[in-house]
Amino acid sequence: MKKKIKPMTKKSFITYGLVLIAFVAVEILISTGNISSMLKGLLVPICVYSILAVSLNLTVGILGELSLGQAGFMCIGAYSSAIFSNMVKETITEPMIRFPLAILVGGIFAALFGIIIGIPVLRLRGDYLAIVTLAFGEIIKNVFAALYIGYDSAGLHISLKSQGDLGLAPDGKMIINGALGISGTPNDSTFEIAAVILFITLIIAYNFVNSRTGRAVMSIRDNRIAAESVGLNITKYKLMTFALTAFLAGVAGVLYSHNFYSLQASKFDYNLSILVLVFVVLGGIGNIRGSVIAAIILTMLPELLRSINNYRMLMYAIVLIVMMICTSNETIRSFFVRNIEKFKGLFKKNKAQSDVVKEGE
Amino acid sequence: MAMLEIKDLCVNYGVIKALKGITFEVNEGEVIALIGANGAGKTTTLHTITGLLNARSGSIVLDGKDITKTPAHKIVKMGIAHVPEGRRIFQNLTVLDNIRLGAFTRKDKDGIAQDVEKVYKLFPRLEERKNQVAGTLSGGEQQMLAMGRALMSKPRIVVMDEPSMGLSPILVSEIFDIIQSIRQQGTTVLLVEQNAKKALSIADRAYVLETGKIVLSGKASDLINDESVKKAYLGE
Repeated sequence: MKKKIKPMTKKSFITYGLVLIAFVAVEILISTGNISSMLKGLLVPICVYSILAVSLNLTVGILGELSLGQAGFMCIGAYSSAIFSNMVKETITEPMIRFPLAILVGGIFAALFGIIIGIPVLRLRGDYLAIVTLAFGEIIKNVFAALYIGYDSAGLHISLKSQGDLGLAPDGKMIINGALGISGTPNDSTFEIAAVILFITLIIAYNFVNSRTGRAVMSIRDNRIAAESVGLNITKYKLMTFALTAFLAGVAGVLYSHNFYSLQASKFDYNLSILVLVFVVLGGIGNIRGSVIAAIILTMLPELLRSINNYRMLMYAIVLIVMMICTSNETIRSFFVRNIEKFKGLFKKNKAQSDVVKEGE
Repeated sequence: MAMLEIKDLCVNYGVIKALKGITFEVNEGEVIALIGANGAGKTTTLHTITGLLNARSGSIVLDGKDITKTPAHKIVKMGIAHVPEGRRIFQNLTVLDNIRLGAFTRKDKDGIAQDVEKVYKLFPRLEERKNQVAGTLSGGEQQMLAMGRALMSKPRIVVMDEPSMGLSPILVSEIFDIIQSIRQQGTTVLLVEQNAKKALSIADRAYVLETGKIVLSGKASDLINDESVKKAYLGE
């Protein structure tokens, strides 16, 4: 008897496979030199946005709450890890040790903020939660934009006023220079590492959805009162999900900040949160594979359309609308479903015939 | 000593006083009915008992322990199960999964399997449809599912909110028969109903709520013949 594979497991393995194939294909293209430098520069951002989209999908699709603060968590991850890397870049010179540590630092800090912010915020629902998380993202961005951090032999100096206010020793170094942001972060994140982290993120996300915790979270989404009356600790599960998504967003931030030599807090504005939400909605709410695909396509699109520079954003908008119609319109969807069924039926018929032949032998 | 004692319970929604100090008790093995018109505070009472709402003042005591401030998920573990109003099942899950979810707080696999069988015995219709998606069940079947799910946490008290709401007369009778057999198996039932006649016919004792206060209480068999109850709730 054939071992029965659960549909969810099958789904997740298809996604792993697709990511793996894409990764191998890109690696081959790089090694044969068939990839433009522009696309090469996009590889890490693609992974970053995919991770962000998966993490937001856990909040929106699994927890069922609209959070617009994803850029804020990303910002925390990016800055905390960049500070860490800048401080230890002389002592730990091996990037393979330094970078995983930076990822942990960024992720844990973001998760910590996720919990701190989650405790008051998760009491809210719907629009209110969206507004508060949006405000949180903006606050984080503005605080980091006004922050001056430097360090010397006496340790860290922090100020919210100006560079001179820090009182650094002459041999001290600036890490964060207010609105000018961080510079000098080691360029540790490579496409290979980013792809591995995307892969790990997918494993975490799929296992979370299929776990007891994930099911509990989904039952809260589907029916809060019923979940509560069955004996679920709603706050605990919501907070766990929120912390997990903040962690993943923080990790995405780490990859992002270590991809650029300098980084400004203004990058993490609400447009970024909305952009990630667009990935999630287009990929399908609750559909992890869809988020990744949407993130990849929509990150590459503006760059690919550079040749028709003037009409670039127009085309972007048209593609968005067409994708939206194709994925949500019943008629078009049923057209696809019908044809896929036909295709599958054809395949099954052939298989059945070959089975009959086999039995006849 | 009563199993569940409610003393001077007050609950507010903002400035609106939903419960203005109600006191009643539930003894082991009884079926207690709370009856009253819309907005009398019946559902509020149940929600406060099971921890879905916070009391402003007063106390709820289960077996001598104060559970007024205990959160909902712990109250389930302490033996009070809630069948919420309007059924509130998990629409996208199968019937069996819904029933299993009721045992969320339990860890004994064998006991859970046995209790699933018990639920099937009580509601044969659920066994017939165990692999069906719960959202496709009829209203009566969904009500049975919500009751079966509540029983899976092995409660000593089941709190039911309007189990007959929106059901046909035949199904209403069926649901009330089942409530009686739940009681016969030793589970105490606290029942909130608009269908006062039916509720009084199976309850031991009853309390009549009116705008947040208990205005009448007594044996159900007495209340059913009470002139004021007849006039106000039985439509005679």
